[in-house]
Amino acid sequence: MRHLLRRILFYLAAVWASVTMNFFIPRLAPGDPILLMVANMQKSGIRPSPDTIRTLGASLGLDTTDPLWLQYFKYLNDLLHGNFGTSFTNAGQPVAEVLGQGIWWTLGLGTLAVIIGFVLGCVIGILTAWKRGTALDSILSPALTFLYAIPPFWLALIVVYILGFVLGWFPFADGYDTTMDIGFSWDFISSVIYHGFLPALTLVVSSLAGWMLVMRNSMVGVLSDDYVMMARAKGLKQGHVLLMYAARNAILPNIANFALALGFVVSGQVLTEIVFSYPGIGDTLFIAVGQRDYPLIQAAFLLIALGVLGANFLADMLYASLDPRVRIGRSA
Amino acid sequence: MAEYSSSRPQVVPVNLGVKSFGERFLDIGKALWRALTVNGKVASGAVIVGIFLLVAILGPIFVPANANVISHSGNLPPSSAHWFGTTSLGQDIFGQLILGTQTSVLWGFFSGILVTVISIVIGLVGGYFGGVIDEILSFITNVFLVLPGIPLMLVIASYVPPGSFTIALVVAGTSWAFGARMLRAQTLSMRSREFVTAARSNGESTARIIFAEIFPNQMSLVAANFVSTMIQVVLAFATLQFLNLGDSLQPSWGGMLYWANSQNALLAGQWWWFVPPGACVAILGAGLSLINFGIDEVADPRLRSEPKIKVPKIKKAVA
Repeated sequence: MRHLLRRILFYLAAVWASVTMNFFIPRLAPGDPILLMVANMQKSGIRPSPDTIRTLGASLGLDTTDPLWLQYFKYLNDLLHGNFGTSFTNAGQPVAEVLGQGIWWTLGLGTLAVIIGFVLGCVIGILTAWKRGTALDSILSPALTFLYAIPPFWLALIVVYILGFVLGWFPFADGYDTTMDIGFSWDFISSVIYHGFLPALTLVVSSLAGWMLVMRNSMVGVLSDDYVMMARAKGLKQGHVLLMYAARNAILPNIANFALALGFVVSGQVLTEIVFSYPGIGDTLFIAVGQRDYPLIQAAFLLIALGVLGANFLADMLYASLDPRVRIGRSA
Repeated sequence: MAEYSSSRPQVVPVNLGVKSFGERFLDIGKALWRALTVNGKVASGAVIVGIFLLVAILGPIFVPANANVISHSGNLPPSSAHWFGTTSLGQDIFGQLILGTQTSVLWGFFSGILVTVISIVIGLVGGYFGGVIDEILSFITNVFLVLPGIPLMLVIASYVPPGSFTIALVVAGTSWAFGARMLRAQTLSMRSREFVTAARSNGESTARIIFAEIFPNQMSLVAANFVSTMIQVVLAFATLQFLNLGDSLQPSWGGMLYWANSQNALLAGQWWWFVPPGACVAILGAGLSLINFGIDEVADPRLRSEPKIKVPKIKKAVA
């Protein structure tokens, strides 16, 4: 219970910290966001009037003479009321609406890819640890080491090139056939799956190696523990020893590392969405950065940060329920 | 490092068996050689990284400095004149790759060092002082640990003027947390050891205790952490350059990928444009992770692949 409370407190504080960071980054940045934005508009041929510039400043909350602490509380108040301002691009749509469209794409693609990657990575880790020193291990382990170092966005480019361009098996842009109506028809859903296959494949492949390497190392350690030897000596079936005795403990570091890994996975997903122009939050964030659409940038980052913190909290709780030592607080 | 405050009686260090500079240099060389050859993974990783270092330092001498110059011979496939072909603007891709190696490796090193310095300061200070200072620093570390790096970098990079130096700062500012946490844990376990107590009762200043007494004991940890930091930093650098947040005119691996992607090299089938830079990032990263895994194996003998020992019991269970 104490552990749970501590973790809840930490995550609440972390949410506060990311909100605060979001508030201070634009105010501490050396450049003037308004000037950057105006320069960007001029690049694309729009000449903003002084009025527009003033509105821009107002919508960022940068034009006031209020002291910083007052601006800060106004900002918090706006957030609590779900008021993220309006996007400068996207025809002046409210930011919340723009992100509301993207979030389902990101969540769908992300959860699916994380689950598949995690399960597959753990299974391969168990196998390579068990078959240590055999051909399987000596081929898979170095191959995955290389995979581990591949930049996810480059992997995405290669996947697009080979499976999308050369072989032409899959489409390589958008989340669905854009000529179709969005709805719960079979055609639409199959088009979503068809379009999502390559991004999902990229994400699974790029996250696989991390899970696998941790699992393999921890499994190798556990396999030489006395209680595993004891289980073997009792004559239990190999598969039973492997899964119910060794893997059960060996998976703990992977779950404990979930927090760290998730940051990489989400970063990878942002890049994958960018390369595939997938209509999720990551691509939205990137386009917003390109256009210096600051309200959208801030809200998109906040959303991603909240999502990651939430997933971490779940992983934390799962870990505590799996490992009693954490609950009791000996290693907390 | 070795400065003594003049106000108190100095203990002149008695140097038993004084060694000349040359001998000490040789000793370091020997130790380094042993460290690099003790483990197969470390050795092969070191060779890969060494080649990249050589190319980064010496490569630009052999490559015409005008690799970025636009010519009329655009979109050429690899040939003897242009080993990796040319870009759509007729720039020699091999030349760009070599110059890009310099940018990527050297900036990678620079930001890697920056990251390491930040994590050393935050980790050691937090671990040594404990109490409220540690609570605050740990909290900041944990928050940065959890927040996803690339989106955070994107946000910060959207506010700062683009350029390699600002990118290095952004990367450093978002990647230090892991090292800091590790060093904090290590410092925590060291701060009540005898040599620290002795230094304290000697009246040494706190800064000196932290950085001249405790820090040298963590050098191996810092070195190992530097390797994994480099992997992360090189990747982050390439990523931000790929997203065109760096200096788009300076040749770099990520920048080449940006141009290849924005000039539709993929749809034109110009694999020679976008495969080499990404492969370089991956190979350098693989070299660094090989060193890293090798270090893990040296530290934890259980991970080493041992010569096969037949355990009859298992064999029977399988059959």
